[in-house]
Amino acid sequence: MLDTDTFTTPDGRTIGGTVMDLRNITLRFGGVEAIKDISFDIREGEIRAIIGPNGAGKSSMLNVISGFYVPQEGEVWYRGKPRPQMKPYEVAQQGIARTFQNIALFEGMSVLDNVMCGRLGHMNTNILSQAIWWGKAAKEETENRAVVERVIDFLEIQAIRKTPVGRLPYGLKKRVELARALAAQPSLLLLDEPMAGMNVEEKEDMSRFILDVNDEFGTTIALIEHDMGVVMDLSDRVVVMDYGRKIGDGTPDEVRNNQDVIDAYLGVAHD
Amino acid sequence: MTDLHTIPAYLDRNATDFGDAAAYREKEYGIWQEWTWSDARTEIEEMARGLIGLGLEIGEHVAVIGRNRPQLYMSMVAVQCAGGIPVPLYQDAVGEEIAYVLGNCSAKFVIAGDQEQVDKVEEVRARIEGLRHIVYLDGRGLRKYDHSVMSSMETLREAGRNADRAEMDRRRAQQTGATTCVMLYTSGTTGKPKGVVLSHDNIVSTSKASSGFDNLRQSDEVLAYLPMAWVGDFIFSIGQAMVTGFTVNCPESADTIMHDLREIGPTYYFAPPRVFETQLTSVMIRMEDASRPKKAMFDHFMAHAKGVGPRLLDGEDVGFFDRMKYKLGELLVFGPLKNTLGLSRVRVGYTAGEAIGPELFDFYRSIGINLKQLYGQTEASVFITQQKDNEVRSDTVGTPTPGVELRIAENGEVFYRSPGSFVEYYQNPESTASTKDPEGWVATGDAGFIEEDTGHLRIIDRAKDVGKMASGALFAPKFVENKLKFFPDIYEAVVFGNGRDRCVAFINIDLTAVGNWAERNNIAYASYQELAQHPRVLATITDHVNAVNRLVAEDDMLAGCQVHRFLVLHKQLDADDEEMTRTQKVKRRLIEEKYADLIEGLYSGAEEVYTETDVTYEDGRKGKIKATVKMCDAEVVPVDVKTLEAAE
Repeated sequence: MLDTDTFTTPDGRTIGGTVMDLRNITLRFGGVEAIKDISFDIREGEIRAIIGPNGAGKSSMLNVISGFYVPQEGEVWYRGKPRPQMKPYEVAQQGIARTFQNIALFEGMSVLDNVMCGRLGHMNTNILSQAIWWGKAAKEETENRAVVERVIDFLEIQAIRKTPVGRLPYGLKKRVELARALAAQPSLLLLDEPMAGMNVEEKEDMSRFILDVNDEFGTTIALIEHDMGVVMDLSDRVVVMDYGRKIGDGTPDEVRNNQDVIDAYLGVAHD
Repeated sequence: MTDLHTIPAYLDRNATDFGDAAAYREKEYGIWQEWTWSDARTEIEEMARGLIGLGLEIGEHVAVIGRNRPQLYMSMVAVQCAGGIPVPLYQDAVGEEIAYVLGNCSAKFVIAGDQEQVDKVEEVRARIEGLRHIVYLDGRGLRKYDHSVMSSMETLREAGRNADRAEMDRRRAQQTGATTCVMLYTSGTTGKPKGVVLSHDNIVSTSKASSGFDNLRQSDEVLAYLPMAWVGDFIFSIGQAMVTGFTVNCPESADTIMHDLREIGPTYYFAPPRVFETQLTSVMIRMEDASRPKKAMFDHFMAHAKGVGPRLLDGEDVGFFDRMKYKLGELLVFGPLKNTLGLSRVRVGYTAGEAIGPELFDFYRSIGINLKQLYGQTEASVFITQQKDNEVRSDTVGTPTPGVELRIAENGEVFYRSPGSFVEYYQNPESTASTKDPEGWVATGDAGFIEEDTGHLRIIDRAKDVGKMASGALFAPKFVENKLKFFPDIYEAVVFGNGRDRCVAFINIDLTAVGNWAERNNIAYASYQELAQHPRVLATITDHVNAVNRLVAEDDMLAGCQVHRFLVLHKQLDADDEEMTRTQKVKRRLIEEKYADLIEGLYSGAEEVYTETDVTYEDGRKGKIKATVKMCDAEVVPVDVKTLEAAE
């Protein structure tokens, strides 16, 4: 049932088989059905966007993918196996990392310390030896710092390495969040509105970073975004949601010409 | 050591004599990575053999574009080793500018720092005949590009490592002092840039003379952060570095320069006045926030340093108590301050390119930094005059560098003849002939005079900018502009008045200084434009202009250049809009044409003028800024101006 075919995109990247398969997901909060019977998949190495008007259920969908919400109906298949209910850290250990819509960084800590947090899942020594920086802990920290420094270099945030996050402007905080997610060296990266509230220049920078992450590390990316221009330029495939239902799925061109999608965005009367 | 004539020969000398000493350092991944001289030689030779393998022929040009990085410096030397001629370009140049230079020198190869630079070259590639290959350092984002026409630096070195060295050695053996060392493009305040051809003799002799002048040593450290396409950087980071063997440190990124400066603590430091001013402004802004006792201590000792510091630096006799108090100040204020600025270890510091304000200059000298001035240009391989230790003043540019002869023409233009003076303008015999005469005298294009008692050269202005006002009085815009720019609030100024009866000025505010002032005074603003037109900003600038007018009025010859009316521009003058050169010099004629409506408004007595201005954004898109610019009146000191005839 799982698709394992690989194919090549027009710009020369290889898209692999299905990494995550969401089957007939329904999510309810009390009487409210946030997600109604939605199915779609995410393939290895692709940039997959989830779009839709406000309140369409996009963030809920991302929370289902990240394992934070457990749907009442339907199954989440990850790498060929149905995924059981998991704690957030277990999800992280599976190679999934994310950023948040409303930045969730430690404001009082430096950029470096925040990004180092992304390496937590890769540290095995106990807290005591880490505290006194003894034995294997010292070596482990150096190794993890090297990974973090590469991410800092990659995202060009060297100049703010030692700056407390609370002092940074919004656009840079977003970038630090991405850095922390990347530090975990995820195979699936979830981005919740990575460009919300940014100016044109910041959006261009962020778009380039997202493309570079995908290109350089082969990371599979699922993102939610409001800016249609950005989504259409960045993604390989797009899922369109409206009122908790899936109304479109396909390449940016297919989605752009889908009448339901046009209606949802331009607005038609709902019953 | 006396019989070495080329940069590659000095590379060999350095690798043999001090092979284990650091040649280059670069901060990457948060750590200073180091290349010793022998590492550098190995890497350079691999690159050179790789380039020969790609088909580089003797005398072909190779463009180098990117931020200051050791591999790019090494690649320039590698090009020389392979018999080619390196042509460094400004990294912030836009596609058009790159296309012009690549086409003009018919570059066969481009060595680019990263994707951004590769993209710019690819954009214009179709127009550059004969461009064969691009070599890039940072391959990020380039995976999908057509790799039949480009390759990474690692691939190039890998190929070079496996290649035979005979051809490279053969080419190097043919090189003499007369071989072209580098071609640098002039910044071009007027017209298209010209390629200045400099030989190994030019570079080596100038580097030797200037290094000797300041006793530069192998153990010295510099921070390479100025544009690689600028002749100064070539002399400091390649010429003098090769000749003396000192270490060239490259910053981690453009945003970390001040931090990297502190970590390295260079012993030999160069910065244009603007950098010194930015550093001082940031110190002063922070002192405003300091606690009252600290601020009082700072003010007290700085006042003392002002009187004593420069005299101590010049080796003059200073009283015992003054000396002791200065020592205490060093302990409490100047030492920590220099450390914060990253200038604790500076033995020799230079500023050039623009006139430096006396207060700014004295500030650095008073805290014990041996800051001096030099005067030079691309055509001279930088050095024409330098200030000797103990003969440092803010209003002169010093005495001729060893080996340089100076002459002032009848019209006041400065001419020089030196071993460093350029071979020719590339494929431009007319310009070469009009600049350099058969006896080797080169016209600087600057008007100046030599002080009779000290022998120091003083520069007044660009010769072609010096004009006459309608009354016949001398018009030297730079003279006034510099005085205006000495105020931290004023970033740039352009004065007009040639052939007119009065002078008017355009002012650019300094966003850092004025923005900070606005914050302190609870002045809200949404944009640069709004801040620039704020009544209180205009009032402050009016005070500055009035003060400058009073100073200008004291000069017998130039009193006519007082600014009668001025305006604060609604946008910052920018190289991307071709209003300035890449070295941040204003293009007067272009500005005059572009803002003709505003100049007209100043002369017609209008209160404000509505204007629309084309702007180019960083990503190359064009847009328009619309603004209503207020015209301001300044107080003028009435004087009897001597006309030029009378002065002569």
